[in-house]
Amino acid sequence: MTALAYNSLHHASPQAADQIFLIVQHWIVSHAPAGLQSLLAILLSVVAIVGGFGLLFAITTILERKGLGRIQNRYGPNRVGFFGSLQPIADAIKSLTKEDIVPQTADKLVHLLAPILLVLAAFSVYAVLPVGRNMVLVNLDAGVLFFFAIGSVTEVAVFMAGWSSRNKYSLLGAMRAIAQMISYEVPLILSSLTVIMATGSLSTVTIVEKQAGFSRILPHWFLFTPWGFAGFVLFMIAATAESNRSPFDLPEGESEIIAGYYIEYSGFKFALFFLGEYLGMFAISGLAITLFLGGWNAPLPFLTWVPSYLWFFAKLLTLIVAFIWVRGTLPRLRMDQLMNFAWKFMLPMALLNLITAAVWHFMPSGPVRWLVSIVLVVVPYTLLGRNQMHKSHLEKRVYRFAE
Amino acid sequence: MLFTIFAALTIAGAVAAISLRNLVHSVLSLILAFAGLAAVYLLLGAQFIGFAQILVYVGAVAILIVFTILLTRNDGTFGTSSQASWNLGALIVIAVFGTLAWTIHSSAALQHALPPQPEATMQQIGTALMVRFALPLEVIGLLLTAALIGAATIALHEKQERP
Amino acid sequence: MLGEGIAKGLIETARNFLGSYVNKDRLTTVQYPEQRLPQAEATRDFPFLVYDGEDWQAGLRCVGCQICEKECPPKCIFIEKSTDKKPDAVGKPQFYPAVFNIDISVCMSCQICVEVCPFDAIKMDTAFELSTVDRFGGLLWDKARLAKPNQHYHHVHPTEAAEVDGRLAEERAKADAKAKAAAEAKTSAPPPAAPPAAPPANSGVSSTS
Repeated sequence: MTALAYNSLHHASPQAADQIFLIVQHWIVSHAPAGLQSLLAILLSVVAIVGGFGLLFAITTILERKGLGRIQNRYGPNRVGFFGSLQPIADAIKSLTKEDIVPQTADKLVHLLAPILLVLAAFSVYAVLPVGRNMVLVNLDAGVLFFFAIGSVTEVAVFMAGWSSRNKYSLLGAMRAIAQMISYEVPLILSSLTVIMATGSLSTVTIVEKQAGFSRILPHWFLFTPWGFAGFVLFMIAATAESNRSPFDLPEGESEIIAGYYIEYSGFKFALFFLGEYLGMFAISGLAITLFLGGWNAPLPFLTWVPSYLWFFAKLLTLIVAFIWVRGTLPRLRMDQLMNFAWKFMLPMALLNLITAAVWHFMPSGPVRWLVSIVLVVVPYTLLGRNQMHKSHLEKRVYRFAE
Repeated sequence: MLFTIFAALTIAGAVAAISLRNLVHSVLSLILAFAGLAAVYLLLGAQFIGFAQILVYVGAVAILIVFTILLTRNDGTFGTSSQASWNLGALIVIAVFGTLAWTIHSSAALQHALPPQPEATMQQIGTALMVRFALPLEVIGLLLTAALIGAATIALHEKQERP
Repeated sequence: MLGEGIAKGLIETARNFLGSYVNKDRLTTVQYPEQRLPQAEATRDFPFLVYDGEDWQAGLRCVGCQICEKECPPKCIFIEKSTDKKPDAVGKPQFYPAVFNIDISVCMSCQICVEVCPFDAIKMDTAFELSTVDRFGGLLWDKARLAKPNQHYHHVHPTEAAEVDGRLAEERAKADAKAKAAAEAKTSAPPPAAPPAAPPANSGVSSTS
């Protein structure tokens, strides 16, 4: 959608369906006065991102509630609209018309800024996600770095929310969230480093381009390499923790700290937090798709005629369904389990995976390379996994003050 | 124009960081200053430094300061400091600023005409770090690891003291 | 091996997910406003005042003794006793509650008022769809709203109501017999007799109130 996108639009033999959004955007922009054209082009892209992912948010809420319901042998929402399909609209109206309550002792300004900052940061990262062929807002040279940098701003927003509410639960939730995000940011970045090593680029567009093509039927996605598979699994686990989703939803922990850092938010601001959380999940899933699942590339050679953005959103929906499935399955971790898992399993695995990726890179291709790489992934996994599982024998608890 | 905005933002954040009474407000202002600085880097075309600034300073250092404040103090407020420490602080600030300004002013770089701005890509930065400056990078890494181990040792030691 | 349990769990939830579409027995949800489960006979929600006969004001069993008001744990009952007496269902002159209010937003459905009432005047109802747009007036129920005929009691709790009716009839018969005996005693030996007005159940109440 930048100048670069336009040029390639004219050169490449465009399948009209694939580039429909770019063509429409180009057409609208061409009717605007010359001075405003570039501004309008950016504005249109931003509107498309906000609208598209906002819609996806609405779809996901209903999908999640229905899916979780079915997992628990319930119907889920089925009253508003056809089989409950209009539930998101009802929810939106409800949260928009609710009273906005700010605690009396709260830090008013920080309390107001926190949800805004969160949503801003959540939306900003979409700028570097290639949603389809030529469909990226800015092709930054340091795209992945941009993603992680803006992603880390979320921590500040979470802290602001937790601290400004003047509530012990919100502060506890914020501290938990920050501790968790910092811990899991390390394996998250380390596991994505493998892809950066393999492609030699931090640009998301280049990374997707490097995964185009097929060997016979298998696409050249990084998922289909031993280190890529391990990296993807590690990335998704860390992504689950980063987006505070079950089983890593300790910062929200309804049973112990009620709602965590957004306990004192209501109405529209609460909706913003909700939105920010889901946008974060979509964004990090989008990055996982970009890094490991070939971005907008088709999974099979005879399916390349399907528009690229459809592939991206199909993959995104698959990951969202996986998130919901995991949420419906796993119970919440304990804080010490969370930290042990991050530092004693995720971190060593991610570091070893870097070595595996390097070995893969430097060995001549062939079955030997596959064998060595698989051994390098499976053996540490088994050993570290055994170490994790043998933690179960607990010492008898000694009370210092209670007895 | 943009530079003025970002520079004003940075300076305002920095001034607020040292003048606000509430320590947490100070940290938040400091974050604003860091972000402003990152914006200035980006304006200069230094993507890597700009994003690294946000990632490291906003995402890590500021959060670390927040943790430090919350784990050491009950309330975020701060008593008034004495006049003597103010004077000392002002003296140090002026001295550091003077030295830096003098060094920059008299440096050889300013004598030459500005070379055409080099397009520093991520590739080049990476290559430079990994090839030409590999040794300094390793030394810094070693130093940081040593610091990390030291911190962990101190923390563990404290834990063992308690029954 | 690490992850085995997670895989098992995922399979289990997937089975639930798919099974809920295939096997309708899995879905235990009752679609409430359209479908309803039959209520158990011992269901109780909020109290009501029983009256005998046709006219609710004349037939109210309550005599305004205020025991329930005192016993109510959340203090949701407000009674003002009358200053005059008027005949109750069987024609005896009794005090009656001039005001009898229950704040059902406070009531916790504990049924203690029912258990302490010596007159079987207050019983638990089974109506639960009581939402209102007025959270103050709409939830503070007065005498008129609380009064319900004995037939209603029979309708909601048949067994219990039959038992109560039997007991009341027995007591009434006993009281009648006593009154008759007193009347006979009065005709045979007029001067020293006690006033025959108080039925046996009332003696305890008059001391508390």
